[in-house]
Amino acid sequence: MANNSYFNRMNETNTIRKVITASSIGTMIEWYDFYIFGMLAKTISSQFFPEGNSTAALLSTLAIFAAGFIIRPFGALVFGRLGDLIGRKYTFLLTLVLMGGSTFLIGLVPGYKSIGIAAPLLVLLLRLIQGLAVGGEYGGAATYVAEHAPANKRGFYTSWIQTTATIGLFIALGIIMLVKLNMTDAQFNEPWGGWRYPFWISILLVGISIYIRLKMKESPLFSKLKTEGKTSSNPLKESFSHKANFKMVLLALFGAVMGQGVIWYTSQFYAQSFLENKCFIEFGQSRTILLWGIVFATPFFLFFGWLSDKIGRKWIMMAGMLLGILTYRPIFSYFLEKTDIKQWNAGMSFTPGGEVIKSDTLNIKGINNIVEKSTRTIVFADGRSYVENKSDTVIVEALNTITKPAKVTFTNVHLDQGTYWKFVGLIFFLVLYVTMVYGPIAAFLVEMFPTKIRYTSMSLPYHIGNGVFGGLVPFIGLLLTTTYSKDPLVGLWYPIGVASLCFIIGCLYLTNKIDKDVTD
Amino acid sequence: MNSIKKILGIVWLLLAPVVIYFLVSGAITHIDPAGKKDINNPVIWIIIILIFTPIAIGLMIFGWYAIKGEYDHLPEKSTEL
Repeated sequence: MANNSYFNRMNETNTIRKVITASSIGTMIEWYDFYIFGMLAKTISSQFFPEGNSTAALLSTLAIFAAGFIIRPFGALVFGRLGDLIGRKYTFLLTLVLMGGSTFLIGLVPGYKSIGIAAPLLVLLLRLIQGLAVGGEYGGAATYVAEHAPANKRGFYTSWIQTTATIGLFIALGIIMLVKLNMTDAQFNEPWGGWRYPFWISILLVGISIYIRLKMKESPLFSKLKTEGKTSSNPLKESFSHKANFKMVLLALFGAVMGQGVIWYTSQFYAQSFLENKCFIEFGQSRTILLWGIVFATPFFLFFGWLSDKIGRKWIMMAGMLLGILTYRPIFSYFLEKTDIKQWNAGMSFTPGGEVIKSDTLNIKGINNIVEKSTRTIVFADGRSYVENKSDTVIVEALNTITKPAKVTFTNVHLDQGTYWKFVGLIFFLVLYVTMVYGPIAAFLVEMFPTKIRYTSMSLPYHIGNGVFGGLVPFIGLLLTTTYSKDPLVGLWYPIGVASLCFIIGCLYLTNKIDKDVTD
Repeated sequence: MNSIKKILGIVWLLLAPVVIYFLVSGAITHIDPAGKKDINNPVIWIIIILIFTPIAIGLMIFGWYAIKGEYDHLPEKSTEL
């Protein structure tokens, strides 16, 4: 008898391990596919969306914005409905095929120079398919794992799914860095150069994942519903037109996912862009700072998932939001302060490196403009360095010579070891907030909705929260920076504002009770 | 607690039109066909206003439900949904 129970437990553990592996690997690959497009945006833009062509510019805008904002929630509706009608397994298998196929094909589309406007059109189409697929994937994977998990480990098991977005980002960063390090910038940016490799690698990863997922069985809860003939005939209608369920969809969005989305995007993506574009930290250091932060923080997805099984989901998520609200400005302000070149130069001895001077003569409206550009590397004794770019313009007219004041910019800022690791530590804390809001959220969403409309009901708020509220962090950041240009941290008020609103709604309206029975 | 939920419902209800107002006025201020930044691009504003309007309406409905006391007791079983 004791032996039987032992073997049953072993079987259960093996099954759940396979379920988690199949779901997590596939979801991770989908995130990898989704991220590489964004990370290679600059190269993709030069290959497919050349400057000066208004149609290409329009298609580029649609590829970047429509895929995230419109198509992701739309994908959640399409595949959520499908998942509640035909089952979880085949639906998230389909999203994987669509995602992997479209990513691979993006890597095969000839550039604008070869096939003209057909190139950006094809890329837009494939990018929209990617957005559609990513919208359908997460809800399926989270539901599938949760419906296999025992009640006391639902948070822990589903938190594996939560690690995938971060690991997908990590792998995308790693593969792009690996390819870049093995070739020159020119080779990487060639029409059929290294930038295409991450897209081609995707097909291999997707192939493995499809093989694993094909071997899995349908969710036991969905199979039971199907056998009993109790599946929903119209999941969209039941999810959004029945007040009792629709009010829970709204509560999930405004009380949890909206805040989670902005915390996630600010801590991982805005932080990366901030280090590169506001602090001007050189490519290698800015990427490795993020990579180390992610490596150290990722296990905490599992920790907070596990913890949510013990103390409930709500307060862990709220604590993550509150930490973001309170510490974003001090942390980002520290990043700025430590990379302020004016402070570096004050009272410090440094060695100027080789100075490169280029001089061009431009004739504009009959007036000769001599543009002198100089670049020099400044190296400090403690290992810090930066590149100073200076541009002087001398306008030579018939009688007068006017010298415009030099325009000085700083790039390739290199931190000393101590500051570098402090930055890693701060990025670790930022990603830790992500693990707090994101680790328990799959179990939280699954427990909010009934089995027959779970896929549809949880997918839509999740993708509005992440795709729309989270995805708008850079745009609103730019909008605020342009409007209030004196404060370089003004862009942070958007995530802080949304997270604060979500924190208040979540604290007041959500319950911390764990729903033990998700079979109904 | 339930009375706070109801009172704040009014805030959520009013917040939605405020958000839409700021989006539309932001679009009017920043759209500039000659500009090169994302915030000057009319297509982006159209996409954002199109996607945010139903979300803001959702916030209004959320506020209305809160005023009506729909969130005083959350369902504990699927039969309540």
